[in-house]
Amino acid sequence: MMRKLKKVAAFAMATTMFASSLIGCGSSSTDTSATTNSITTEANDTTKKDAATKGAEEIYFLNFKPESADVYNEIVTRYEAESGVKVKVVTAASGTYETTLKSEIAKTDAPTIFQINGPVGYQTWKDYCADLSKTDLYNNLTDKGLAVSEGEGVYGIPYAVEGYGIIYNDEIMQKYFALEDKAVSILSTEEIKNFATLKSVVEDMTKHVKDLGIDGVFANTSLAEGNQWRWQTHLANLPLYYEFSENKDYDTTTAAGLAADEIQFKYEENYKNIFDLYINNSTVAPTLLGAKTVDDSMAEFALGKCAMVQNGNWAWGQISGLEGNVVKEDSIKYLPIYTGVAGEENQGLCIGTENYFAINNEVSPEKQQASIDFLNWLFSSDTGKAFVSNDLKFIAPFTTFSDAQRPTDPLAKQIFAWMENGSITVNWTFAAFPSEEFKNYFGSALLEYAQGNATWDDVVSVVKESWASERAAAK
Amino acid sequence: MEKTLKKYFPIFVLPTLIAFTIAFIIPFILGVYLSFCDFNTVTNAKFIGFGNYSKAFSINREFINALWFTIKFTIISVTTINIFAFLLALSLTREIKGTNIFRTIFFMPNLIGGIVLGYIWQLIINGILYKFEVTLTFNAKYGFWGLVALMNWQLIGYMMIIYIAGIQNVPEDLIEAAKIDGATPVQILKKIIIPMVMPSITICLFLTLSNSFKLFDQNLALTAGAPSKKTTMLALDIYNTFYGRSGFEGVGQAKAVIFFILVAAIAITQLVITRKKEVESE
Repeated sequence: MMRKLKKVAAFAMATTMFASSLIGCGSSSTDTSATTNSITTEANDTTKKDAATKGAEEIYFLNFKPESADVYNEIVTRYEAESGVKVKVVTAASGTYETTLKSEIAKTDAPTIFQINGPVGYQTWKDYCADLSKTDLYNNLTDKGLAVSEGEGVYGIPYAVEGYGIIYNDEIMQKYFALEDKAVSILSTEEIKNFATLKSVVEDMTKHVKDLGIDGVFANTSLAEGNQWRWQTHLANLPLYYEFSENKDYDTTTAAGLAADEIQFKYEENYKNIFDLYINNSTVAPTLLGAKTVDDSMAEFALGKCAMVQNGNWAWGQISGLEGNVVKEDSIKYLPIYTGVAGEENQGLCIGTENYFAINNEVSPEKQQASIDFLNWLFSSDTGKAFVSNDLKFIAPFTTFSDAQRPTDPLAKQIFAWMENGSITVNWTFAAFPSEEFKNYFGSALLEYAQGNATWDDVVSVVKESWASERAAAK
Repeated sequence: MEKTLKKYFPIFVLPTLIAFTIAFIIPFILGVYLSFCDFNTVTNAKFIGFGNYSKAFSINREFINALWFTIKFTIISVTTINIFAFLLALSLTREIKGTNIFRTIFFMPNLIGGIVLGYIWQLIINGILYKFEVTLTFNAKYGFWGLVALMNWQLIGYMMIIYIAGIQNVPEDLIEAAKIDGATPVQILKKIIIPMVMPSITICLFLTLSNSFKLFDQNLALTAGAPSKKTTMLALDIYNTFYGRSGFEGVGQAKAVIFFILVAAIAITQLVITRKKEVESE
C-alpha cells in the first residue's frame, strides 16, 4: 500500500515537473513564481522587491532600421557600462520586421521593446502594447498628438520624425539653368512652385541629358518586389492626403482615412501626372523597372547619373556612404512633390513618422520598467541624445532636445528649413492605409502599368477595390 | 534473440521516438489545431472552427491561382527533369572518356542552395532580357519558364545519379541474351532497361514531384510572385498569407493543412502506381 502511494506520488511529481516546464516554455510571463507558490507570498514579495530595486538584468530591443544596426550596438555597450543593464539588440532585415516580430514575440525571451508603424500596426499588436501614458517619454513629446493612443491609454511613442520630397542635386540643376537654349524662363529650382513648371523643366532637361552629363532626370522608379514603398506608400500619400483633407468631420487626414471604408481616389489624375513624369524621364526604360531596387536608385543619384530622386532624409547615409559619390553636401536640396493640385504653390514636404516604440506588456513589470528606462536614457541623457542626433540622425520629437542638438546632415537641415518657411506640411496620411496587402496590390498594379500590361484605369480600380476589400477584411 | 529484441524494442526506439515527437508530431498537431484558430502569435490562439478554411478560398482567388500555377509547373518540370536526367544517365553509362567528370559536373548544381540559385538565375535571365528592354516581371510566362529552367538545372544531376545507379544494376547477361536474340537497341531500352530501372523511376518521380510541388525558396528568390502574384506557387502563397497579412495567420495555417493533404495524396497515388510496375530480375 505504502509503496503504491509512493509510486503515485512520484508519478504525480514527475508530471507536474514536466507540465511546469512546458508552461515555462509557452507563456511569456516570467513571474510564475508569484502565482504558483501562493503559500509563500511573503517570501515572494521580498524577492520581488529585490528584483525591482535591482531591476531587470537584460532587456531585448527588436530594431526596425537595418541602417542603424551598428549604431545601436554601440549604444547598448555604452548603456551597459553606465547602468549595468544588458540590452540585447536584434535587427530585422529590411522588409521583414513584421515577420521577425511575429516569431520573436511568441518566444519565452520575447522582445521587450518593439516597434509599431502607427494606428494600423497597433490594431495588430494591441494585445502586446503596454500603456505608456505615465512615462516621461510621453510627457516629453513636443506634440502629444503624434503618439498612438486609444481611449486614455498611450501605446506607441514616436521617436523619429522624417520627411520626404524630391531630392535634387543643385549642381546639375544650375548647369541646366545656365544652358542657353533652355525652354523655360525661370532661373533656379527654387522657382519651381507647381507641377506645370516642374513638368516643363523636367521634359526640357530630358532633351538635354547629353549636355548635362546625366542618364536621365529622375533616378529609376524602383518597382522590384519589396522596393515599391516609395510609390505605393509615399507617393500615394499625396492624392489621399488631399482627398481626406476635404473630409471636415475629422481633425486629421489620418483619422479621416482610418474611418474611410472606401475611397474615391479623386486625385488619381494627379498621381498619374507625377508617376508618368518619373517613369518617362528616367535613367532606364519603364519596362525595366521590375528589376530595380531603391539601392540602385540612390546609387544613380549619388553617382551623379540623375538630377532628382524621390526619397526622404533617411537616405542621406545611402548617398554619402556610397563609394565614389559626387554629390556635394551643400548642393543637395528638397523640392515638394507637386502633382498639379490647385493651390499647391504653398505645399511643403511630406513630414511625419511611422516609427513608434511600444513596450511589450507580456514581459515582467521589471523588464518593462527597464525598457522604459533605457528609452528615457537614450532620449534625455546627454550621452543618449548625442547618439540620437549624431549617429542615428533622428529628428527626435522630444522637448529634451534643444535646437543645437538636431542632426546636422544636409537633408535633415533641409527638413527644418521647410518646416519653418511657412509652407503647408503634408501629413503622413499613409498611416491610415488599410494594410500592407493594400500597398502590395497598388505596387503590383503600378508595375504592370509601367510595363504597359495594364491601363491607368486598371490601376485606379485596383486601388479603389483593394482599399475597400482590405478595410473590410481588417474588421 | 527475437524475444529479447521484442522485449527491449520500446527502449531502443524511445530516443528516436522522443525526438520525432518533439520535432515533428507535436508541431504537426499544433499546426492542425492552429488552422482552426484565430491568432496573431502561436501563444494567443482562439478556437473558431472551420472559418479559416472557407476564408482560404473565398477571400480572393490567390490560393486557387497559386494551385493552378503549381500544378502546371509540376507537370512540366517533372516530365522534363526525368526525361533529361534519364537520357544523361543513359549516355553516361556508355564507356565514354571522362564519365566521372561529367557526372560530378552535372551533380554540382544540386549542392547550391535554392535562394542563391534563384538570385543567380534572376541575374542571368534579366541579363538576357535586358537586351529586349524587358525583365522577368514583364510577363508571368517568363517567370514560369524561368522557374522550369532553374528547377531542371538543379535537379537533373541528382536524378541522373539515381538513374545511373539503376542502369548499372541491370544484369549484363540479360542485355547480351537480348542482343543474341536480335533485339534492337530501342527494344532493349523498352523491354529490358526501363522495366529493370522501375524502382529508380519510382523514387525519381517521387522526389521531383514533391520537390516541384513544395518549391519555395527558388520561387521567392527568382520572381517573388511578380507580376501581381501571377507566379506565386502554393508554398509562397501560404508564407505570404501567414506572414504578410495581419489577422490572416489562421488562414495561412489552413492553407498549409490543405497543402499537406494535397502533397500526401499525390505522392501516395504516384508511389502506388509506379510500385505496381516494378519487376524483379530472377
